[in-house]
Amino acid sequence: MYSQALNERIEGPRVVEDPAKLAAFQARIDAEERIEPNDWMPEAYRRTLVRQIGQHAHSEVVGMLPEGNWITRAPSLRRKAALLAKVQDEGGHGLYLYAAAETLGVSREELYEQLLAGKAKYSSIFNYPTLTWADIGCIGWLVDGAAIMNQIPLCRTSYGPYARAMIRICKEESFHQRQGYEIMLTLCRGTAEQKAMAQDALNRWWWPSLMMFGPPDSESQHTEQSMRWKIKRFTNDELRQKFVDATVPQGLYLGLTFPDPELRFDETTGHWRFGPIDWSEFKRVLAGQGPCNRERLAARRKAHEEGAWVREAALAHAAKKRARERAQRIAAE
Amino acid sequence: MTTIHLEETPHLTYVLRLADSALVLSHRLSEWCGHAPMLEEDLALANIALDLLGQARLLYEHAAALEGRGRSEDDLAYLRDAPQFKNLLICELPRGDFAFTVVRQTLVSAFFHPYWQLARGSTDRTLAAIAEKAEKEVAYHLRHAGAWLVRLGDGTEESRRRTLEALDTLWPYTGELFEVDAVGEAMIEAGIAPDPASIRPVFEDTLDRLLADAELARPSAAWMQTGGLRGVHTEHLGHMLAVMQHLPRAYPGARW
Repeated sequence: MYSQALNERIEGPRVVEDPAKLAAFQARIDAEERIEPNDWMPEAYRRTLVRQIGQHAHSEVVGMLPEGNWITRAPSLRRKAALLAKVQDEGGHGLYLYAAAETLGVSREELYEQLLAGKAKYSSIFNYPTLTWADIGCIGWLVDGAAIMNQIPLCRTSYGPYARAMIRICKEESFHQRQGYEIMLTLCRGTAEQKAMAQDALNRWWWPSLMMFGPPDSESQHTEQSMRWKIKRFTNDELRQKFVDATVPQGLYLGLTFPDPELRFDETTGHWRFGPIDWSEFKRVLAGQGPCNRERLAARRKAHEEGAWVREAALAHAAKKRARERAQRIAAE
Repeated sequence: MTTIHLEETPHLTYVLRLADSALVLSHRLSEWCGHAPMLEEDLALANIALDLLGQARLLYEHAAALEGRGRSEDDLAYLRDAPQFKNLLICELPRGDFAFTVVRQTLVSAFFHPYWQLARGSTDRTLAAIAEKAEKEVAYHLRHAGAWLVRLGDGTEESRRRTLEALDTLWPYTGELFEVDAVGEAMIEAGIAPDPASIRPVFEDTLDRLLADAELARPSAAWMQTGGLRGVHTEHLGHMLAVMQHLPRAYPGARW
């Protein structure tokens, strides 16, 4: 079975690849061919993808928590249905992505254990708290908006299963982004208190959203190789700029201000220029010292531990059922 | 906005009972989202919650139309206090562990599947149309919850113990499913509501079949809880509504 061969992981930090195979692989990438699970691929390509898809999947399932925080308090039945469906979509994205990662020979359980053990990363944004209803609007508008900027190019990423998973995910994310913006629009057209709520949420979510694109290109360790392998097609800074250019006019339309005194439109380039990002905050939150890091992981561990008996029961029942069926077959023969 | 008071006719009261039960159970199920034993169940429980929420919204819309005073689904869901809620008590009990959720969903769905099947013939055309949709949804809820009931009953010692405990706790709340008061009698009389007595044999058959597969016995509680249909609830509903209704109550008149 080819899947068993895939399960055998190549150990060791450094694999010396056959230069002829490497060249042929790069030629396929350059010709825009999709790489499929059973195709030869350099170990470093596989590891990069496992890390990236794993982080992406973890981000989806950890991301269910801050928004899930408002499901029971959504202020109308329509909003409640939309939010519940949205958080459910995030769980679905997690599932496709774990499945895409499994095609690279790593199991969902293994990846999930890494998350629970605090060894795997997930998007820093989900370590910020959702304090008011406007945060649900901001997450849709900014966080899903930033995710889309990152993910649209991933629909053309070189690894087939990842690219295909991203096509569906992007469709759903763009729906979430519009929903989030509509929440913001409703708040901004509402009472003074609601508009203040919207402004406060933008003040808190703006900078963390810009950090979602990762470190600046000058410090990004993985960008160059990932670009060559067409896992990535734009650099962190390029995507960040695209996001700012798309989002600032939307915020101005809402009548909100951005928490950046240096934000201005550059007539010559047609870009919105923004002030310096506090990278020390980014590093701190990524390293575990954000407002909710401990709570998020604790919530995931709690659900996992409290669900252990359920998963065991399902396996035990399946085993008993198989045994009964086997016994019946033998009795019939 | 302060609490609203509806001028209830038996017909309105009856539709509110259905709407409140669907909303309250949906809310309890939605509390699992992000905390289920496995990702597949995060999705499945959210799915069931969404179906029930959809049913609740249609039923509230119908209730608002029956009242005829221009109220919205949100007025009915967010601006009534606990004693005005008419849901079945079984729906409002806290979510408990996964066994509790599975047993509750099985019991409620085993009732509502035949209920909605019969309600398709209601003389209330709107209710009949809602029943068309709800019947298909609840068939899935029953299949999903029933499959888990069997897995848990026939799984490990622990899953069996938890399932038995849940069954024992929940059984006294099943009496209400079949309760018929003056409102119920009027509705059966008018051909608006199916008679729960005709649902009982189907309910019991379904349950006996599932319990047999799960190797569990039907509890034999001599007494049954009651009160939800009259607005006399458990201590839990007030807390649930305090959370659910918080925003519309804190910012009266705001649109969201």
